[in-house]
Amino acid sequence: MSEHLIEVRDLVVRFHTAAGPVTAVDGVSWYLDRGETLAILGESGSGKSVSASAVMDLIDIPPGEIARGSVLFEGRDLLKLSREERRRIHGKRIAMIFQDPLAHLNPTYSVGWQISEMMTAHGISRAAAGQRALELLRRVGIPDPEGALGRYPHQFSGGQRQRLMIAMALAMKPDILIADEPTTALDVTVQAEVLALLKELQKETGMGLLLITHDLGVVAEVADRVVVMNAGKVVETGTARDVYHNPAHPYTRRLIGAAPGKGAMHEPVATGEPLLRIENLTKSYGAVEALKGISFDLLPGETVAVVGESGSGKSTLARTLLRLEDASGGRALWKGRDLLAMSTRDMFALRRQIQMVFQDPSQSLNPRMSVFQLISEAWAIHPDILPKARWRERVAELLTQVGLSPDHARRYPHQFSGGQRQRIAIARALALEPDLIVCDEAVSALDVSIQAQVIALLDQLRRDLGIAFLFIAHDLPVVRDFADHVVVMQGGRLVEKGTVRQIFDTPKEPYTRALLAAGLDPDPDVQASRRKTRAAPALALL
Amino acid sequence: MLRFVRQRVTASLISLVGLIVLVFFLSRLTGDPTNLFLPIDASDQMREQFRQLHGLNDPLIVQFGRYVWDLLHLDFGESIRQARPAINVVLQAFVWTFQLAVITMVLVTLAAVVCGSLAAFNAGGLFDRFVSLLSLIGAAAPDFWVAIVAITLLAVKLSWLPTSGTGTLWHWIMPIGVLFIRPFGLILQVVRGSMLSTLGSAYVKTARAKGVRTKSIIFVHTLRNALLPVITVIGDQAASLLNGAVVVETIFGFPGVGKLMIDSILQRDFNVILAAIMVTALAIFVMNILIDLGYALLDPRIRY
Repeated sequence: MSEHLIEVRDLVVRFHTAAGPVTAVDGVSWYLDRGETLAILGESGSGKSVSASAVMDLIDIPPGEIARGSVLFEGRDLLKLSREERRRIHGKRIAMIFQDPLAHLNPTYSVGWQISEMMTAHGISRAAAGQRALELLRRVGIPDPEGALGRYPHQFSGGQRQRLMIAMALAMKPDILIADEPTTALDVTVQAEVLALLKELQKETGMGLLLITHDLGVVAEVADRVVVMNAGKVVETGTARDVYHNPAHPYTRRLIGAAPGKGAMHEPVATGEPLLRIENLTKSYGAVEALKGISFDLLPGETVAVVGESGSGKSTLARTLLRLEDASGGRALWKGRDLLAMSTRDMFALRRQIQMVFQDPSQSLNPRMSVFQLISEAWAIHPDILPKARWRERVAELLTQVGLSPDHARRYPHQFSGGQRQRIAIARALALEPDLIVCDEAVSALDVSIQAQVIALLDQLRRDLGIAFLFIAHDLPVVRDFADHVVVMQGGRLVEKGTVRQIFDTPKEPYTRALLAAGLDPDPDVQASRRKTRAAPALALL
Repeated sequence: MLRFVRQRVTASLISLVGLIVLVFFLSRLTGDPTNLFLPIDASDQMREQFRQLHGLNDPLIVQFGRYVWDLLHLDFGESIRQARPAINVVLQAFVWTFQLAVITMVLVTLAAVVCGSLAAFNAGGLFDRFVSLLSLIGAAAPDFWVAIVAITLLAVKLSWLPTSGTGTLWHWIMPIGVLFIRPFGLILQVVRGSMLSTLGSAYVKTARAKGVRTKSIIFVHTLRNALLPVITVIGDQAASLLNGAVVVETIFGFPGVGKLMIDSILQRDFNVILAAIMVTALAIFVMNILIDLGYALLDPRIRY
């Protein structure tokens, strides 16, 4: 008998793939008690979600196989129960929410129907379920709950959708809520709200919360205990504070060390004529103004970060500068000439001076082209840069420069990891010897440790080659370590601009301060004290 | 929504006008119907009289003007061959084709959706492999060959079914059976593929985590979403049946619009050709609009 609410013991899960069996988790054990929050922390491929999938019977068998282990819940091994017995537990006793709520809600049924189904599937009448669904929507703070019941998932914002998922998961008052990366796709300010809601609901119901995340900040904000996973194994476990302050395992130390936002801030040194001067740039889509008069300068060899949440217009800014979209007004002077008024022919010649690195290298690299083709394609388009005889040599040089090996040139994108692919994308941008590289969320999709490596690489390229960067990101800590100047945007408006030190140490605008406050620090103590100061004004209102 | 229907109706009418112009002049290129209708020994005077009667002597553009003028008064002209209004001839045949198409498509859709769903749920299983093989054979076998083999076997050798005509329920079995095969195989494969990808979707995972029963996962959560791409294929297949299943109608002597069209082209019965094309085109336009509305009904994200 286990005295814990739920306990996973010595779990081994394998997946049988075309390339042979892959062990996804290897002897993983953890437990969760009532009212407690346990975080499983790991990077992609660490197997952090697999044990939760085993608890919820979400592993497809085959190709999956549970080779060993047990999942004890109320003294019974879940893995030994029948399908029907397990079905009666799912949703009712153990519920789960996921990372991308838009994909995880059925697009063709109304929100009210989907929440009610959670209850009707477990024997509650439709009328009673409808009543409770309304209560739940009210509880999780959905505006106009009566109307919301009849609406469909696509009619809500990202944060509201996650609230809907939470309402649905809590409909049967489960003993355990499993949250798999519940805030990863959300803006920082929304993330803080959703995490606060989860904590509140946990206090009300006394449920155990199992949180699966890659984010040390999320762990610091909500977890009591943490299980650190790497390559299918638990490498360390303990209270969130202990693990952060006294990490025992080298992997944990590396993970904590890679957390962005801890290094020294840059002191801008660049002087002279601006490479790029943006004056009163506007862009509207019909009645929607995506850019409302943006102005800032970018000097040669300097990094300007543009930071904002979704809908802030930061990506529109990049697309407009690269003439992927036409601006509605304003000027963008590149070495004194207006980019936005240039002819197609002039723009073609100029494109080699401005290169771009995108968020998702698995989509921005053509999967049917080898690395050599991907990089050398630029020279086929701009033949005056490099004679064909020197292509092979230069590709090798570029690959070395971004930390890959020259023999990688023959391989195809799918043979690389996410971080390596982003390095290839950077090598491709470097091939044209640009003066400016625009990075649109270039490290957002990467694991923290890889993120740190890519940032270090970009920083080094800037020092060695004098390349300027326009770095578009939603993540403030990443920007803090890398940028010279920061531009904060919200709703198409430029809220504040300044040196990195001005923005992080002495932010003037309330929005910048809110954005900084909503960011999660990996140190549980810092988060605890922030929670206190956040609670204080709320108490003052009472 | 009303605006959408109005736009679609306008667009359809424009294509209909284009179609009328095209068919009117193209069919005249095939030659003069006079010699086909009158006996070989008919006198020149009789021929001249025939041409006068049907206005075949006037310049083509005058004939066209007259045709359009009549059309605006909903007069589709006379069938030369049957000496009664062309539209009556066509509508009579269209009713047959329409019945044949509707019955076939309803059967095909039901069978393909059920078999495709089950095959997808047990992908790689015995049933899946069996129906996949069946649908491949169905897609590969030419329908005229299947029709002839069916007649030889079921009608001639075994005398179970009548060879052709429309008298009884038994007459319908072979035409429907032959028409069934190809769209069944095609739609089944589309249903199967669409179900497979939908079963792997995130919201199906949510339904499993909610403890929803398997039956409900397949038929409530998965099927509705999986049917969206299927509707397009169903519409496409139904359109080709409404056009008249020319080969099958000819082989089974089925008095549908496909057979009528072939006959009137061979006989240069211009008014019937034009009326038949207009009626089938209209039916296809209406069906396409209904399909678009069906999309909106199934998927709340689509609003016109």
